[in-house]
Amino acid sequence: MHIVVCMKQVPDSAQIRVHPVTNTIMRQGVPTIINPYDLFALEEALRLRDVIGGEVTVLTMGPPMAEESLRKALTFGADRAVLLTDRFFAGSDTLATSFALAAALTKIGEEFGVPPIVFTGKQTIDGDTAQVGPGIAKRLGFNQLTYVARIVDLAPEVGTITVERRAEGGVQVLSTRLPVLITMLEGVNEIRRGTLEDAFRASRAKIVTWNAADAGITDMTKCGLRGSPTIVKKIFSPPPRAEAAQLIATIDQSYDAIAASVMSEIFKSQPALEDDLMRFSAGP
Amino acid sequence: MSDAPKSAPAPSGRAGTKKELPEHFKAYKHVWVAVESEHGLVHPVSFELLGEGRKLADKRGVELGAVVMGSDPQAIADAANACFEYGADIVYTVTDPVLTHYRNEAYTKALTDIVNIYQPEILLLGATTLGRDLAGSVATTLRTGLTADCTELAIDEEGSLAATRPTFGGSLLCTIMTLNFRPQMATVRPRVLSMPKRTPGRQGRIVQHPLGLAEEDVVTKILQFIADRDSNKAQLAYAEIVVAGGLGLRSAENFQLVKDLAAVLGAEYGGSRPLVQKGWITGDRQIGQTGKTIRPKLYIAAGISGAIQHRVGVEGSDLIVAINTDPNAQIFQFAHLGIVADAVELLPALTEAFRKYLSVNRLAG
Ligand SMILES: Cc1cc2nc3c(=O)[nH]c(=O)nc-3n(C[C@H](O)[C@H](O)[C@H](O)COP(=O)(O)OP(=O)(O)OC[C@H]3O[C@@H](n4cnc5c(N)ncnc54)[C@H](O)[C@@H]3O)c2cc1C
Ligand SMILES: Cc1cc2nc3c(=O)[nH]c(=O)nc-3n(C[C@H](O)[C@H](O)[C@H](O)COP(=O)(O)OP(=O)(O)OC[C@H]3O[C@@H](n4cnc5c(N)ncnc54)[C@H](O)[C@@H]3O)c2cc1C
Repeated sequence: MHIVVCMKQVPDSAQIRVHPVTNTIMRQGVPTIINPYDLFALEEALRLRDVIGGEVTVLTMGPPMAEESLRKALTFGADRAVLLTDRFFAGSDTLATSFALAAALTKIGEEFGVPPIVFTGKQTIDGDTAQVGPGIAKRLGFNQLTYVARIVDLAPEVGTITVERRAEGGVQVLSTRLPVLITMLEGVNEIRRGTLEDAFRASRAKIVTWNAADAGITDMTKCGLRGSPTIVKKIFSPPPRAEAAQLIATIDQSYDAIAASVMSEIFKSQPALEDDLMRFSAGP
Repeated sequence: MSDAPKSAPAPSGRAGTKKELPEHFKAYKHVWVAVESEHGLVHPVSFELLGEGRKLADKRGVELGAVVMGSDPQAIADAANACFEYGADIVYTVTDPVLTHYRNEAYTKALTDIVNIYQPEILLLGATTLGRDLAGSVATTLRTGLTADCTELAIDEEGSLAATRPTFGGSLLCTIMTLNFRPQMATVRPRVLSMPKRTPGRQGRIVQHPLGLAEEDVVTKILQFIADRDSNKAQLAYAEIVVAGGLGLRSAENFQLVKDLAAVLGAEYGGSRPLVQKGWITGDRQIGQTGKTIRPKLYIAAGISGAIQHRVGVEGSDLIVAINTDPNAQIFQFAHLGIVADAVELLPALTEAFRKYLSVNRLAG
């Protein structure tokens, strides 16, 4: 079976520094990583491949340097990497992103075999919308399985899949028909290290690189900034609260004395709390 | 982008020309909330959205609508009444056995159909697992804009929805708008908005809509639902008191001090995101933009710097008490009560102070 995993290259949030004066992200020199949530999707795809055979293709839309993330995915054991890159994609919101990715997925189907399963991560750590997976599913007409914790059963010969997915207040066990788009829940597996052969293969692999036209996109008005219904109107610092925090005196005070003032200030500001607490502590 | 292919039709989506609303969208009117109900109960986030939707509708001079989908006529009637009491003028209901449990295909069809027929200008959903699953599908089907996880909704001077959410990695917010498509869609997490007052007996109109889908048409089947056991679930979102720790606590062992204070106060405990990444706490105890939004009466934050992603998750708290060694920490910009002190020393002292006070007063009372 051919499985495709969509991955996004994102700035490593752990390394992000914010400019102390302008409050903007200092992007220079911030290393990029594979969106951490997407590694759960990749590992799940690799596990399926190990059991039922086939190939795993990883797909990224991004700038040329996103090739780095794709190569990394190959070291983990993915078989093929496709980079979708074109300046027409710049400024894409989630609707334009799902348009471009859906086109690339269709093209991948034509070139390398139709994928009955496409994976995405649960969400990214930068845009963080969780909208791209459902967007791809709708555009391709795939059945949509979001927040999947476990694949219980997969029967490619009859075209069915059963999964456990996280729902409000519990876990749903769902079965549906292929093709499906799965957004994988975090923490459900751990990405493998990859073998030495994988690393060797990755270093020499040719990354399939497509621009919009290569992916079969003819209507550029659906791409990038132009194809994005949302626009960022303004970016601003949140105003501090009108009143500054009331500071409790701490100089030359013992911790017990500070604690006593904190408690009394809390009760002064929230008198009802004192009753609540009394009722609670009078309980069992 | 001036060298775009000549064949491309004049785009309505050029950044500069995005302000013009195409003629066929001008009929779109009214503010809607897609109500989330599972297992016969309306999710509180839907009422929170109705409260906010009421303000937006009044500002626009339009009606507030609610969409209720499900299978049990009684549950739907109850939900509709609740919606009226929380401010809806009109409730669109779709009642069909196919809608017994949430399934993407059926709910997407129900919601997109009534949007296409009754044409709201704004459509709001809760940013829950259900709401995110549904909103992404509906927005894509309608080819409109969707802003995720908003922390503030407003109507701008031109009458459009201005949806504000935190940006990545910085301490900044961004306002996102959908100017030339309708409806303007947004999701908001539970507890970000306050619960509106309920007006018992308030009434409105009900419009019924058929689903037009048979069970055989829906290929996804629910085989089983395994409810979470409440006992092992953090109840952060609706807790009255929350005590949380951050990296300033320096070690997993020191995090015990947070739990100790929480135990004495009968509070829930939680923490900043790095603590989840370090494995000090589980993901369901993360507070902030990508964790839980809380609105307790009392929030005590120990060793938390107050990054924007954390701030947006706690700002609705009645009283925010911050303990931080750095007098310039951002958290002091939105805390009500600040203590510049070592949390590792102060937390046990606070725990002890409350313990003593409560036991003495209990004896006295
Ligand atoms: C601060 C900020 C706020 C934003 N807010 C919004 C908003 O409210 N609404 C909106 O429409 N857009 C928004 N955007 C734009 C949005 O981030 C981009 O459209 C982005 O290309 C995809 O969205 P995401 O990062 O939220 O992905 P998500 O929808 O969170 O990603 C889900 C999964 O889709 C896959 N995926 C996502 N992007 C790619 C890609 N480029 N290549 C391959 N796979 C991918 C990954 O598997 C990922 O795990 C915002 C961007 C930023 C930086
Ligand atoms: C997309 C995205 C989403 C995010 N979502 C969330 C989220 O949901 N929730 C969240 O919390 N974060 C989130 N973050 C991370 C956020 O940006 C911050 O990095 C994080 O909140 C910082 O955690 P912290 O305050 O514990 O640590 P730090 O920022 O390292 O702060 C530690 C603080 O402790 C103080 N301190 C040190 N020693 C002591 C002591 N002995 N006693 C008292 N104080 C002391 C320091 O002065 C400092 O202010 C997100 C980030 C991104 C990019």
